[in-house]
Amino acid sequence: MLTAADFNTLLLTFKVASIATVLMLLIGTPLAWWLARTQSGWKGIINAVVALPLVLPPTVLGFYLLVLMGPAGAVGKFTNWLGIGTLPFTFAGLVIASVMYSLPFVVQPLQTAFAAIGQHPLEAAATLRASPFDTFFSVVVPLAKPGFMTGAILGFAHTVGEFGVVLMVGGNIPDKTRVVSVQIYNHVEALEYSEAHWLAGCLLLFSFSVLLILYTALKTHPVAHPLK
Amino acid sequence: MSSIQARFQLDYGDFKLDVDLQLPGTGITVLFGHSGSGKTTLLRCIAGLQRAPQGLLEINGKLWQDSEHYVFLPTHKRSLGYVFQEANLFPHLTVKQNLQFGLKRIKPAPDSSKLAQTLELLGIDHLMERMPERLSGGERQRVAIARALALNPDILLMDEPLASLDFKRKQEILPFLSRLHQELAIPVLYVTHSQQEVAQLADYLVVLADGKEITSGLPADTLTRLDMPMAQDKQQAATVWQATVVEHESEYHLTRVEFSGGALSLPSIDADVGTPLRVQIYARDVSIALEAPTATSILNVLPATITGIVDDQSGQSIVRLLVGTQPLLANITRKSAILLGLKIGMEVYVQIKGTSILN
Repeated sequence: MLTAADFNTLLLTFKVASIATVLMLLIGTPLAWWLARTQSGWKGIINAVVALPLVLPPTVLGFYLLVLMGPAGAVGKFTNWLGIGTLPFTFAGLVIASVMYSLPFVVQPLQTAFAAIGQHPLEAAATLRASPFDTFFSVVVPLAKPGFMTGAILGFAHTVGEFGVVLMVGGNIPDKTRVVSVQIYNHVEALEYSEAHWLAGCLLLFSFSVLLILYTALKTHPVAHPLK
Repeated sequence: MSSIQARFQLDYGDFKLDVDLQLPGTGITVLFGHSGSGKTTLLRCIAGLQRAPQGLLEINGKLWQDSEHYVFLPTHKRSLGYVFQEANLFPHLTVKQNLQFGLKRIKPAPDSSKLAQTLELLGIDHLMERMPERLSGGERQRVAIARALALNPDILLMDEPLASLDFKRKQEILPFLSRLHQELAIPVLYVTHSQQEVAQLADYLVVLADGKEITSGLPADTLTRLDMPMAQDKQQAATVWQATVVEHESEYHLTRVEFSGGALSLPSIDADVGTPLRVQIYARDVSIALEAPTATSILNVLPATITGIVDDQSGQSIVRLLVGTQPLLANITRKSAILLGLKIGMEVYVQIKGTSILN
């Protein structure tokens, strides 16, 4: 059975993933909109940077974040100056690291969905008195809905499944940074296979359900909205 | 006198637009040209969808762009209706919601009885709850026209609204456009590369090529200019006359119409005496005789004066004539032109074999 400690790690995991997903949608939406529409020379570089966590070993990303946010790093010095201390081994630090790590899973579906909408609906909206801001919410968001759903689900699920980055930046502090994947590792280290089974089973079931939703309920691909 | 002034200069390297137009402030002005002539770019500049670095645009007294004084009204602040080549309906909204999209964004809301009238005129009032994907191409385009007109704009811009439709759908929409034309008080700028649409709709015609205006004027004059490509197209060359129904000869199934240069007999049409008509006469349906033919089966024989002749390279001649004050084109063989000794200024008779009524 799940112990109280196990249950707390599950709760913490979903809290981290929820907050990170909201942040990723807030950051990822303007970023994806810009990437989908810009002709700037920066597009390639920004695209590569956003996609970096897809190929980088999580420990490498975690290591750099640890150094950067630590007392000697630029971000660490800044947060110290602000009087909020350093971020590694805190809940906030864990959320920030998760956002960096999972952002491409939110940005890429959004970028594809935005690009598929094209110029025409935006121009039609402009000729019908809608300002660009108005157009974004009344036309772009509804048309890109599958992209938003896919991005949010993938971003959330990917954050739940992270391990390397958490270990480097978050550490292993109960109720603060100890998430499910770390707890499973702890159980296995202590040869508590039965407990590890329960938690691992939970994650397996969760991941499978998420993918099942993606491939069945949301089978309308983000690109499936050609303009009539 | 209300009017439209449109002056734009833009340079894309391989394409330049450089026009300075004075257009009538009412009726349908057709911007005609082949693809690449800049007609769509011009329309997009007028809508503000594209920003010409150098431009001055005034629509019936309202200034929309003046690059010298850094005036550029963004599209959503211009009182215009725009009909795109593809209907461009919002796929996530019903027909009704598409129609209301713009209405919700203007104050004060225009008179709704007018919208009801437009819907009835366009024959789409039964489609209100449908999604755009469940409409035919012709229905979609009619909804798009209604959506643009619903805002009661100062000007209606139409970019080849029929180009993406097949012949049957075109025939379904053209009558609506002709009727709109009679009921709309606002100016319409209509982009097309179809001479048929020019003949049917144009009150004023601007011909564009390579981003420049090459001629403009009343369609009857512009269509019959021998130095223009429209007159040299053997199949399409035609003129359009404004005429009025004066009499029905029911025993012969004929209708007589009068125009400023005389009268014509047409196959019987269902229209009251006094109804204005557009009559199209193709150059290939007109032949020339030196004397009034006394024994001919052709009913429409009219005196005319030759004002111009051009020869093409394949044995054909296009002759421009005036019937009263109305210009007319005749397409005859080069040999006939020589045998008859046709010259500019000669008084001749034209025989019109066929006509078509355009509205």
